[in-house]
Parts: sequence; structure tokens; C-alpha cells
Amino acid sequence: MPYVSTEQPALTGGGYAARAVGLTKVYGSGESEVHALAGINMDIASREFTAVMGPSGSGKSTLMHCLAALDTATSGAVLIGDADLALLNDKALTALRRDQVGFVFQSYNLVPTLTAQENILLPLSIAGRKPDQEWYDTVIDTVGLRDRLGHRPNELSGGQQQRVACARALVSRPSIVFADEPTGNLDSTSGAEVLGFLRRSVSEFGQTIVMVTHDPIGAAYTDRVVFLADGRVVDELRQPTAETVLERMASIQTAAIAAADARLGH
Amino acid sequence: MLRVTLRNLLARKLRLLLSAFAIILGVAFVGGTLVFTDTLAKAFDGIVDGSVPDGYVRPVGSTADDSGGFGTDGRTIPASVVTELEQVTGVARADGTVEGIGLFIVDREGKLVGGRGAPTLAFNYNDAPSMTGEPSVTIPVGTEPEGAGEVVLDERTADAAGYDIGDAVSMVAAGPQPRIEAELVGIAEFGGGGLAGASLVFFDTPTAQGIFLDGEDVFDSIGLTAEPGVSQQQLVDAATAVLPEGVEAVTGDQSAEETEDIVSTALGFLSTFLLIFAAISLVVGTFLIINTFSILVAQRSRELALLRAMGASRRQVTRSVLAEATAVGFVGSTLGLVLGFGLAVGLRALFGYFGLDLSGTPLQFELRTALVCYVVGMTVTVVAAYLPARRASRISPVAAMRDDVALPESSVRRRTLVGAVLAAAGTSLMLVGLFTSVDYTAYLVGGGVLTVLIAVALMSPVLGRPVLRGLGVAYGRVFGTVGVLATQNALRNPRRTAATASALMIGLALVSTMAVLGASINKSIEVAVQEEFTTDYLLSSPTFTNFSTTISDDVRDLDGVDEVSQAQSLPIDIDGTGAFVTAADPDELLAVYELRDTSGSLNVGDGQVALSEDAAQERGVTTGDAVTLTFPSGDQEAEVAGTYETSQVVGNALLPFSTLEAAQVQRQDSTVSVNAAEGVSQSELGAQLDEVVADLPTVTVQNQEDFTDAQRASVNQLLFLIYALLGLAIVIAVLGVVNTLALSVIERTREVGLLRAVGLSRRQLRRMVRLEAVAIAVLGGVLGVAMGLVFGVVLQRSVADDGVTDLAIPVGQLAIVVAVAAVLGVLAAVLPARRAARLNVLRAITTE
Repeated sequence: MPYVSTEQPALTGGGYAARAVGLTKVYGSGESEVHALAGINMDIASREFTAVMGPSGSGKSTLMHCLAALDTATSGAVLIGDADLALLNDKALTALRRDQVGFVFQSYNLVPTLTAQENILLPLSIAGRKPDQEWYDTVIDTVGLRDRLGHRPNELSGGQQQRVACARALVSRPSIVFADEPTGNLDSTSGAEVLGFLRRSVSEFGQTIVMVTHDPIGAAYTDRVVFLADGRVVDELRQPTAETVLERMASIQTAAIAAADARLGH
Repeated sequence: MLRVTLRNLLARKLRLLLSAFAIILGVAFVGGTLVFTDTLAKAFDGIVDGSVPDGYVRPVGSTADDSGGFGTDGRTIPASVVTELEQVTGVARADGTVEGIGLFIVDREGKLVGGRGAPTLAFNYNDAPSMTGEPSVTIPVGTEPEGAGEVVLDERTADAAGYDIGDAVSMVAAGPQPRIEAELVGIAEFGGGGLAGASLVFFDTPTAQGIFLDGEDVFDSIGLTAEPGVSQQQLVDAATAVLPEGVEAVTGDQSAEETEDIVSTALGFLSTFLLIFAAISLVVGTFLIINTFSILVAQRSRELALLRAMGASRRQVTRSVLAEATAVGFVGSTLGLVLGFGLAVGLRALFGYFGLDLSGTPLQFELRTALVCYVVGMTVTVVAAYLPARRASRISPVAAMRDDVALPESSVRRRTLVGAVLAAAGTSLMLVGLFTSVDYTAYLVGGGVLTVLIAVALMSPVLGRPVLRGLGVAYGRVFGTVGVLATQNALRNPRRTAATASALMIGLALVSTMAVLGASINKSIEVAVQEEFTTDYLLSSPTFTNFSTTISDDVRDLDGVDEVSQAQSLPIDIDGTGAFVTAADPDELLAVYELRDTSGSLNVGDGQVALSEDAAQERGVTTGDAVTLTFPSGDQEAEVAGTYETSQVVGNALLPFSTLEAAQVQRQDSTVSVNAAEGVSQSELGAQLDEVVADLPTVTVQNQEDFTDAQRASVNQLLFLIYALLGLAIVIAVLGVVNTLALSVIERTREVGLLRAVGLSRRQLRRMVRLEAVAIAVLGGVLGVAMGLVFGVVLQRSVADDGVTDLAIPVGQLAIVVAVAAVLGVLAAVLPARRAARLNVLRAITTE
């Protein structure tokens, strides 16, 4: 398992798009203490499409929030590029989110009062930058929304809204895009469109994407799947297919049940 | 970012309007006041410029304010001076002027024209021009007055009284002829434009001298008109050379300036008075805006978190909320300005109703008014939105990923602590202002009251809890589950409920304060009247003008009277400090009233004065000392003959009539006190007295009861005026309740849908919203009344030495305040409740 290291790595980017080093996240204290992340080491390679999978409560969302500089870890380090997030103040974090990170949310999170086009250009307008026209056209054509640009979110279908959200994440050319169950609210056809689009942006434009998902079919679009359970990385898979992902999930489940049985003294 | 802000605004027009409403009303109040007072000033400037001649000759020291209420400076200039002035080089003409004060026109129904409002000014007619070169007065209709039986009125007065040319005009005067009748022969037109409701009356010179100057051939002043090419100063210099001692000449400009100074001081009081209420409205509006923006920020927190997640800095988020506030402020100020103009029209109509007719002057809209309105409106909005904006910037970006977004809020405990500190600071400010002799008392007290109110607003989430809990118990008993739900809704966000209630609290606190103060004043009057009003009947003027001394002669001639005491009251300076003094025959006065002497004798003779204890103490003098009495005609020395316990009947000092004569003050009476002779019942005497003054509407006959009622009526009138002005602040606060409820209903759409889905009827739902509104409003009412009680008691204590000796707490009125608050709550809930009831159940549940 070359990407899961037990040694303490040096705190440099090492050419990775993002790294988590000994990452822990504890909620609550004392009796009610919950270790959402229990020491995660993980490297995200550039120009790769990585899926993070695991059962509910395995810590995948927390991991992503920490990797994406939305949340702070209890201990350990997160690096995006060469930047150690723990060393950045709020201003620098804001700038980092603005310039280096893109998001796609499960519930789209479009601004309801803005048109599709205005939503797509929102990160650039926040940063006060002009869009690169050529790249903008490429993104719009790739998501296939050119004829819907003047519409408000409530005039778009769920799939269209999520494609707008994807375009929004890509248009500022961030070094890494985080997608939190992007197809969770979509029917399978729309889901496939969105996943296809994410896949193409990795293959054709060299975008780095990290996606949290429940869906083995969705995971099959990626280059690599990292499995989480109880706040730890427990397994990983390269060039996944829906079948191999399912298989791994089943075995992780079995192991978890066995462990639980053992704890209960069976 | 700006686009997000603007889109947000446009997408929520109703919300924008609601939050702008507070600004609109507050700014309208400011704008209306400024436009109206500018118009007043313009009207008076026109009057002054249209009536003042190039040069003005007058007794030394008499100034324009003599034409005001008390105009009793009896000094005159002999007619020979006019003839001499006419010979002076540079003088085109010199016109002796009789300035008659205390004359009133009686209309066909026997009522006074003008009444308490604008004055009636009587003159001898001449066609002399004013500074503007135009004649002050022309008579376009009819002829000039000639001889004792003829009079000319201005058109408005003639119309108002119902007199046409040829009719006999009835008048009453304060001089030796109390009743005058003359034929209306002409209608005068004033050259200076509108008269602000003043009535003009013209006689020929001998007639005017007969009425106002005892028939001597003398004048009150002389108007000078310069030859062409002679400046005002040259005119005055030339005239001064021939003037006898005690008479001075001033330029028209100086005379106009003196008058305008007096007018602008009076207008300054009016505009300050009105602006105070505008400020109260704006403070209440500030609460509304803080609340609205807090709720808007809470509802948009997910969107704001998204912006943060996408790299918007804290400052950008703050700025976007502030930009929204700026836009709201701009829109609100603009609409407020427009509404303010309408308010000025209304104010003009209202003042017209009370006799100050400004219809001849167009409303004055100055650039300054617009500037002030925009600056005030936008500053208030932005300042009020600052706290919510800062809170918005603290939303964590990760909130964009969560379903339940909770806004970071400062702890209630810290708020309460800050509130307690502020309350202490405000209270000490207030106490220092009220009970120590420092400058800027009004600012200290006002600032203290405001600080305490804000402190209570801060603490209200805690202070309000027992009130809401108590209400909750009652609600649960009476309304069952719906009542419980309503209470929980009100308690769910204590800060929001408390802030909304606080806005209402401010208005109601001030109303309660005034109620306590008003009741105390009324009670004190009652007590004082009972103690001091020892006469059977008092003749006085409801317009606080004097009347002819012949009336007391008539009264003395009646069969049923025993003791009679006539008195003339006037303001003068004693040792340089203002005082309100009474001149009377001390024997007569002491026969009717029980003045308690504390030293010396109150039987003041020529060159003597008796002072009230307070007045003596204030000036550091005692019996035997000399004091200086300053009249318009100059100073007089007087010896303090004695001191008496402070009395409302006499005021600060008692003088003999001889002092007034020496000071050349025109002898008129302010009051005549009458006791019935033995064997004559009070009512018999009353009937006799009524007959004496039957055709004199300037004089009323009152016994103790009538007098108390009249005093109380004037106190109550002022109270109601203040209540009306505070009404605007309360309207704004009620809008705040509407706003909070409407936004809460939107926020709880899903929950409302759920309640409906499990079987809550529309009616029950409406009731739930209504009960929540009543809870908020009653909280505001209870806090307001509590604060009002405190302020009222403190204020009463602080003015106890100024005559408000007795504290009265109008329990009934205060209960009404709380009841009114509850009714306001019901009214405020109408729209939000309807909106909640109309929600489509299915859509409400599936709403995000």
C-alpha cells in the first residue's frame, strides 16, 4: 500500500495536491468524546480523481471539511500544495479557499437570486478577477449549459443545478476541487452526467478532484478509492470498478462486524 | 459581491420595504420638521421685511419683543418729534406709529378671532413704505379709516369673523375702553406676503391714540423713510441729531434683525421640540433595523457561509451586509424625504387650524433638508446594521455544508453584564443631571434615559423571561396547546423577542413617564389650588393677555361683592435674573389671599418689593436689602420689605402699582379676585360677574373648581400633544413586531406546514401567531410601564421644588398602556398570521 504510510512524513507538499498527516478530529469532551478522525495519513496526487468512501460516521465528511480548509483539525496537519493550513491565519485561509480550492455540495448551494451564469462567475467576482474567456467557454460547453445561463436556480433541474455548481467549482481553475456526495440528491441519469463531467475535467483538463461518495457506481468513475472506517483509512483501491468497490465495502463491513462481535465478547 | 447584495434586495422587496419603513418614518419626521420650520421662518422674514421701515425711532431699550404677549411698555414719543424729523435733511417722510396690543376682534358669534394662536396687531393707518420700498399696507378694497367709527381689517380676519364692508365690527381692548365698535370701511392687504395668521386692525391716528394712548397726541414709535440715495445709516445719523433724550433711532436692518433673532429663537425651540421626537422615532427605528438585519442574516447564513467557503473574506461578507443596509437607508431616506414633505403640509394645516395660517407662504425646501435627511437616514441604517453584519462575518464556511445552520451569538450573560453596567452609567448620568446644578441638564438627563433604555433592551432577554413564562402559564390554561406553542415560539429566540419588545418598550416607557409626570403635575396643581385659591371668583384671560382696568371698576360696583383685588403680572429682571412678578394693592391682595410672611412686612409701599423665599434665596438678599428691578424703560431700585412662603398666586415678587407707574408700564389687569359679600351665595355672585364680562371673550370668570379644570385641561392638552408625537415611535415599534413575526413565519415555514399536517386548523394557527405577537407586545408594555414609572418618579422628585410637589401614579392609565400594547400585538399579527395560515401544507413541508 504505497500511499498509506505509517511513518511520520516530513511536512512538505512533496508534489502532492493535498496531504493529511496524522490528522485527528475530536468532537465533545470527556464521556461524550467522539473521535471523528483518529489519525489519518493520506496523500492526494495531482491530476487524479480520488474517491473517499466509508459507512456513515466513518469520518469522510469531516476529513473533507478539514482537507478543504473549511474546518480545523484537533491535531495533525493538512497541506494544500506546500501550505500548512495550521500555520495560516483567517485571512490567508480565505485567500487559499478563494484561489486554490473549489467546492461541489450535495445540495448544490447555488445563490437563488443569481442566474446560472452569475453563480458560475461568483468565485471570480468575489476575488475581483475577470474570467479567462477561453477557459470559461470550455467549461460551459463541457457542462452543456450554454442555453440555460440566464436561468435562476429554481428554473433548473437538479442535475442542471449540480452542473452549474461543478462549473462554478472549475471556472476559477483551483488546484483542487472537493465534491461532497455530488450525486446524492440526483437521479441516476443526472448523476451520470455530473460524474461524467467530473471525470472529463480530470482526464482532459488535468483537474485534481476529491469526492466523498456512498455510491459504488460513482466511485467507479475515479482513479482511486480510499476507504474509511471509524476515522481511519482502512483500505484503498486503484482503477476501481463498481464490482471491486462493492467487494471491498463488503469485506470492510464484515471486518467491522467481526470486530464488534469480538468487543462484545462473542 | 455587490451583485449578490443587490439581487438579495430586489428578491425581497417586501422585507426591504418593512425594514426601510422605520427609516422612512423617522426621516419623514426630521424632514417634515425642517421643511415646516423653514417655511415658518420664511413667513416671518417676509412679515418683518415687509413691515420695517428704513429707519425706526423708539424709546431707548424697547425692542421688538414688546409686540409679543405682554407689550405693556407705556413710554411714548411726543408728536412734535415727528414734525421735527420731517424737517431733517435726508428724511423723506416720518410717520408716527401707534402699536396697539391687547385688542381682539370678536366675530359674529361673540368669539375671539385668532384666539390663542397668532396675535392681533392694531395700528394707526398710513401708507408709509417699508424697507422694500413698497407700502407696508394698502387698502385695495374700500376706503381708509377716518374718524372714531371706522376700522379696516385684513382680508383673512374679516372673512374669519364674517364681517363685510359696512358691518359693525366688535372689538375688545385692554385699555380704558374695553369695548369698541366701528364700521368696517376697507380691507387691508399686507405688502410682505402671508401674515402667518396674524390679524391686522387699522384706525385713523386720533382714534388709535384714543384707544391705546389715553388720547394724547403721542406715538409708540416713528417710522422713517429715507430720501433716494440716503443710506439707512445716514438716515439714522441725521435723525439722531434732533431726538430728545430717551428716544433712539435704529436702522431698519437692525430692527429687522432684532425681530428675526427673537423669531428664530422661538422657532429654534419649536424645531428642537419636534426633532426630539424625531430622534426618539429614529432610536426605535434603529432597534427595528438591528432586528430585521439580524433575522435576515440568520436566514441567509447558509448563503453567507457559501460565500465564505468560496473564498469571500470576512470583510467582504460584512461589507455586503452593510451595502444592503446602505441601499435600504438610501431608499428609506428618499421615501422619507417625500413623506416628510407631506408631513410638512399636514403640520401647516394643523398649525393653520390653531390660528397660525401659513397658506400665503410656499413650503420651503432647502438643500440642507435633503442632506440632513440622507445623512441621518443612511447613517442610522448602517450603524444599526453593523452588529448583524459583523455577526454575519463570523459564520464559519463549513456551515455551508450543514443543514442546521446556527449563527454564532454572543452569550446572553455577557449582554446582561454589559446591560447592567450601562444601566448604572445611565442612572448616574440621569441623577447627576437632575439633582446637581450642572450645565447641559437636558443632555445629561436625555442621554441617561436613552442609556438606561438601551441597557434594559440589552438585559431584556433575561428580564423578559419571567414575564413570558407568566404569560405562558396563562396561555396554557386558556388556549391549551396553541397557547403553549405560542409561548415556546416567543421564548425560542429570546434575543429576537426581547429586541422586538424593546422597540415597543421605548415608546411606551416615554408615554408612561409623561403619564406619571402629568398626573403629578395635575395633582400638585389641585393641591396648590386648594390651598391657595382662597378667592370665591377669579377673573382672568384664557389667552394670558391682560384686560382693561375698567372691568375691576365694574366689579366693584356690583352689590354682591365684598373684597376685590386686582393684579397685573409681568416678567421682569430682578438683580439681573428673570422673575415673574405681580403688582397689586397689598391691602386688597392680603384681604383675599393668605400669603404667609416669613420676614418683614408684605405691605409693600412705594419703592418697596416683597420677595418669595426662593427668589430671595436665589439672589442672596434678605429683608432690608436693595434690589434692582429691570423694566423695558430702565432700572429701578427697590427695598425688600419682606419675604413670603413661595406662592403660585403672586409669583416671585410682589410690587405696588406705583412701581409700574414709575416704570411707565401701561396699567392693565391680569387678574381680578372677588369675594362674595355676606349673605350673597357664590352662584349669585358668579351670575353677576358673568354679566359684567358677558361681551368680553378675553375675560373668564372661574371659581376654584373651574380654575382647576382649566389648568388640568391645559396640562392634558400638552400631554396629548406629546402622546401624539410619541405615537410615531410606537407605530414604528409595531411595524417591528409585524416584521419580526413575518420573518419568523417565513423561517418556520416547514414547521408551520408540519403543524398543519398533523391537524392544526388555520384558525388555530392564526391564533398561535397572534398569541406570540401579544406576548411580545405585552412584554414591551410591561417593561415600558416599569421604566416609565421609574423615570416618572425620578423626574417628579427633580422638579418637586419647581411646584410639582406631589407624586401621583395614574394606575388606570398605566394599565391602559399595557392593554393598548396587547391590542397593538393583535393588530401587528394580522398580516403575518394570515400569511402563515395561507401556506400550502405540502409545499411548506418540502421547503428547504
